[in-house]
Amino acid sequence: MKLPILALLVTALPLAAHADVAVSDPWARASIMASRPAAAYLTLVSDGGDRLVEATTPVAAEVMVHATEVDDAGLSRMNHVTTVDLPAAEAVTFAPGGMHLMLTGLSEKLVEATSFPLTLQFETAGEVTVDVPVLGVGASGPEGGQR
Amino acid sequence: MTEDPRARRLQSIRLAAWAGGLAAVVLAIGGALIWRANTPEAGPEVAFVDEADIRSEFTLTDHTGRAVTESEYVGDWQLVFFGFTNCPDICPTTLAYMASVLDELGPRAEDLAPLFITVDPARDTVPVMAEYVAAFHPRLVGLTGTDAQVAEAAQNFRTWYERVEDETAPDGYMMAHQGYMYLMRPDGGFEAVFQEQEQPPEELAETILGHIEVEKGAT
Repeated sequence: MKLPILALLVTALPLAAHADVAVSDPWARASIMASRPAAAYLTLVSDGGDRLVEATTPVAAEVMVHATEVDDAGLSRMNHVTTVDLPAAEAVTFAPGGMHLMLTGLSEKLVEATSFPLTLQFETAGEVTVDVPVLGVGASGPEGGQR
Repeated sequence: MTEDPRARRLQSIRLAAWAGGLAAVVLAIGGALIWRANTPEAGPEVAFVDEADIRSEFTLTDHTGRAVTESEYVGDWQLVFFGFTNCPDICPTTLAYMASVLDELGPRAEDLAPLFITVDPARDTVPVMAEYVAAFHPRLVGLTGTDAQVAEAAQNFRTWYERVEDETAPDGYMMAHQGYMYLMRPDGGFEAVFQEQEQPPEELAETILGHIEVEKGAT
C-alpha cells in the first residue's frame, strides 16, 4: 500500500516547513518626540508553533513586548512580556489596546511615510527581519487593513 | 432525647425563612451586579461610584502656559481624557481617536472642548504638552500642573491612576491609568463615559451630538 507512505509524507510536510513564521501587516505610529516611546504592531503566524524571544531595531535602544492589561477597576497597565507563544497556525496579532512592541531610546522620532527594519528572533524559526512602515499619528491599524 | 415536634416544626420554618431571606439577598445582589454589568453606558468602575459625584473641577496649567480652572470651559461640553505622553499605546490611540471624533464633528464641535489631562506632570511639562497635543489636533488642549493639582483633578473626576515602578520603562516607571473619555456637561457635571474600542469615532461623534441636541431641545 502506498497510502500510508503518502499519509506519512503529508503529515511530515508541515514538520519540514515548521521553521516558518509569517510576519504580516507591520506598522508603527509616527512618534511625536524622540524622547517618548513608540509602538509597533504586526501579525505573526507560525505554521508549526514557535515563540518570539526578542526584537531589535537600529532605530531604538530597546524593543519590548508589552501587553495592556485592564483590571477590574478599569486601570490599564503595561505588562512586560518576555516571550510570546505562537501556537501552530494561529494568528497572534499585536494591535492598539492589546499587545505592542514598545520602542524606547529612539535615535530620532519616527516620521510618517518612512520605514525602519525590525528584526524578530524566534526560538525555532530564527531571525526574521521586516520593514515597518511608519503611519500617521492618527493611524489605528495597518495600511489598507481594517482597524 | 425527645423533641417537641412543634418546636422542631417551628425551627424548620425559621430555617426556611432564613434560607428564603438569604436567597432573596443573594438574588438581589446578583441581580444588581448583572444589571450593572449590562448597563452599557457606564464603564465597570463608574458603576460603583455615584456619577453625580463626578465633577469637572480643576486648577491646572494649559499647554500654552496659562493657568486655567473649570470656569474656562463653563458653557462648553467637554470630552476629557487622562493619560501621559510616555504611554506608547492607549494614550496616542485614544487621543488620535478623539481627534477623529473632532474631525467628524467638524464645525459642530464648536461647543465641545477636548481636554487631555496628564497623570504624569513630572515629565509632562508645559512645553512637552504643547508639542504633544499639537501633533493630534489643533483644538486639543493639554493640561498639566503640580502633583497635587493633578491628583485633585483626578479625584474630582473619580478617575484613578498610580505610578508603577518598572526598571525596563523609561525613567524606571510607568503610570497605570484608566483609559476613559468623560463627556462632561456645560455646567461641569457628568454626562457619559466612553472607551475608544467600544465604537468607531463616527459613532461616538453622533452619540455626543445626540447628548448635546437633547440638552438644547430641553432648554
